[in-house]
Amino acid sequence: MNSQVNVTPTTKRPLLRLETVLILIGVAALALAPFYFYPIFLMKVLCFALFACAFNLLLGYTGILSFGHAAFFGGAAYFTAHAVKEWGLPPELGILVGVAGAAFLGLIIGFLAIRRQGIYSTMITLALSQMFFFFCLQAPFTHGEDGIQNVPRGHLLGFIDLQEPLYMYFFVLSVFLAGMLLIWRVINSPYGMILRSIRENENRAISLGYSVSRYKLGAFVMSAALAGLAGGLKALVFQFATLTDVSWQMSGEVVLMTLLGGIGTLVGPIFGAALVTSLGNYFATSELPVTLVTGIIFMVCVLVFRRGMIGELYASRLGKKLERRAED
Amino acid sequence: MTEPLLSVRDLNAWYGESHALHGIDLDVHQGETVTLLGRNGVGKTTALRSIVGIIRKRSGSIRFDGKDMLRVPLHRTARHGIGYVPEERGIFSTLTVEENLTLPPVIAKGGMTLAEIYQLFPNLEERRKSPGTKLSGGEQQMLAMARILRTGAKLLLLDEPTEGLAPVIIQRIGEVLQTLKQRGMTILLVEQNFRFASKVADRFYVVDHGKVIDSFDVADLPGRMTMLNEALGV
Amino acid sequence: MTTIFDVPIQAFLGQLLIGLINGSFYAMLSLGLAIIFGMLKIINFAHGAQYMIGAFAGYLLLATLGIGYWPALILAPIIVGLCSAVIERLALSRLYNLDHLYSLLFTFGLALALEGAFRYFYGSSGQPYAVPKELAGGYNLGFMFLPKYRAWVVLASLVICIASWLLIEKTKLGAYLRAATENPTLVRTFGINVPLLLTFTYGMGAALAGLAGMLAAPIYQVSPLMGSNLIIVVFAVVVVGGMGSILGAIITGYMLGILEGLTKVFYPEASNIVIFVIMAIMLLVRPAGLMGRDA
Repeated sequence: MNSQVNVTPTTKRPLLRLETVLILIGVAALALAPFYFYPIFLMKVLCFALFACAFNLLLGYTGILSFGHAAFFGGAAYFTAHAVKEWGLPPELGILVGVAGAAFLGLIIGFLAIRRQGIYSTMITLALSQMFFFFCLQAPFTHGEDGIQNVPRGHLLGFIDLQEPLYMYFFVLSVFLAGMLLIWRVINSPYGMILRSIRENENRAISLGYSVSRYKLGAFVMSAALAGLAGGLKALVFQFATLTDVSWQMSGEVVLMTLLGGIGTLVGPIFGAALVTSLGNYFATSELPVTLVTGIIFMVCVLVFRRGMIGELYASRLGKKLERRAED
Repeated sequence: MTEPLLSVRDLNAWYGESHALHGIDLDVHQGETVTLLGRNGVGKTTALRSIVGIIRKRSGSIRFDGKDMLRVPLHRTARHGIGYVPEERGIFSTLTVEENLTLPPVIAKGGMTLAEIYQLFPNLEERRKSPGTKLSGGEQQMLAMARILRTGAKLLLLDEPTEGLAPVIIQRIGEVLQTLKQRGMTILLVEQNFRFASKVADRFYVVDHGKVIDSFDVADLPGRMTMLNEALGV
Repeated sequence: MTTIFDVPIQAFLGQLLIGLINGSFYAMLSLGLAIIFGMLKIINFAHGAQYMIGAFAGYLLLATLGIGYWPALILAPIIVGLCSAVIERLALSRLYNLDHLYSLLFTFGLALALEGAFRYFYGSSGQPYAVPKELAGGYNLGFMFLPKYRAWVVLASLVICIASWLLIEKTKLGAYLRAATENPTLVRTFGINVPLLLTFTYGMGAALAGLAGMLAAPIYQVSPLMGSNLIIVVFAVVVVGGMGSILGAIITGYMLGILEGLTKVFYPEASNIVIFVIMAIMLLVRPAGLMGRDA
């Protein structure tokens, strides 16, 4: 990947005071939201937001386009659902199983995908995740087209009943925030800096002596694990895991969320996920098929809106003003 | 005096934000061979690429055969009669020698026929079914020139034809250029090797920092040798 | 009853034939993809949709205008090719100087939109398309029954693949295409309108997909989903064959179709993933693919 991608340049810098305030407001808003909005919808948004941010770690910061991320998301959903329903594990361990499974898948798919670069790499992720899709279609534990249903949410830490919508919501919110914190730390760490240098100019990074494959693989596994975290959560929120979660359409959706929100921005994918999920809900009741609308939005976005919502914000006059303030 | 075949005035050119040419003025008359001399990086290749139209961010005036070329899209400049042989020669590896040779379409009468070209370059005929890049550097240079000769182009833009070639081949190229001159071809040549250029050129322009800083006839060359040695750092 | 490796020979040959037919489609589709990728350096995700629209064009030509199979075989690809060329001209060509990911995303969006639109009008289930009467029935070969239409498909795809290969390797137009793939700027200095060449190439690749769809209509049902199920397998075929290589795409297409058929006989659960397994192995052993040039 070269720097012809409209990635919002992200230099390492401490958070501006304004940004810190905005984040605190955001967290407060999320904490109050379930009292005003339907919790299941909010939890859906949070899961997909985490999924999209995990995906963005690979695309926006390492420069690898994975077109098969649904394998990690949906795979973890299956693993967690199975662990909780069939093995009777408590929810926190069930999610761990999901994350571990997704990380393992990420290791395999990532290892094969990084054997090539650029567009070839993307094709490989697509084909391998499709292979996983067919595996899920046929494997007995997934119950094929029916999926795993009636997944119990269980009791968190043994005593918090996640069947209560508010408890579940705050659990999901905490996990989401923890995931975002982790991503933020990674991005701003030396490891993250090297990932970004790989995105900017891979050959230069190689000539500087970095073992680029290892960094890419690491990013892959991390991204897969975090996507798995989102998937495991989702299985508990909706209490089922299906083939849709591992389909290539799902892989495409997360790309769209990230593109719409802003590739390479920290919070962009969150807004992208919110928008796409809301659109999905809106069109679910209308006659117009969601794929038609999604496809058109994709095309329009790619042609005229490549920076995404947050990317446009940073590039706009408001954003430039903030940058200048930071330099003072 | 008749209007020059090629007339360039105040040509400025940019690579993105970088300002590469700062106002090139030059003329090339019909039948002349004109050489641009200068060190590496001064803008000679950029000048050729701007004239043919590969570089689009330009200002100034480029008049060829009485027509303004600045607005002409790249794929039309050949049709006006400008032929371009780039520094890297640009021989296609997925084409045979003969396919390479016949690739540029014939745009006007007066070009050499395939038979004439093979007469001038017998080793190209020998290797005509080989992939283009299996030829030696010198042969590839011949091929790159020969394919333009077939098209009937009136002006030949040649970028560093002798670079990296053995003296024997350089001599051969000099002979080819002499033959072309006899046939009335107009040539704008970029060369760092001014000893070679002095054998074929009628006039010289010296380029530095994206501008023409000096021009003289070949007759004045002996008197300029000291200045040239300094300017070209050879 | 004769058996081969414990499988009745009829079943074996039957699956082999199905494999050969699938392989014919894999070859035609990956050929189109390889041509588009070679010239435009883009992954045409919409290839499956173009295949599907080719089939629908045939179906609609018959249903609304009474135009039968044989004229449709020519008209449908032309329709698909022209529409795709227009899209390339208006939209896709603006993305060439950006990172390749954007053209992938654009064609992906196009595929979604096209599939969604057709699903809206025709639902997810398939429409039938009759085998033309000249090709109905079959030959009884003794050890198996060979439907005429199936034989026709295999023959037609071979002709199409060979003709495409000849066009690219042996003709003047092919020389222009090959040269423009290597060095488009230089080719433009020769006076060749390379942007138009790119439009033509995209249209041609799409037309090939549409032609494959037309051939497929009497075999598989004409359904909006027929392309999307196929396209990812075709991507794997192209990766195995070597992404810029046309010959690689053709050979790999047939080979993998036959291999898939054989797998179905001996180990049916693995039949839909065998191609991906081979792709994974190829990536470990020889990432450039069978006949790929760049690594």
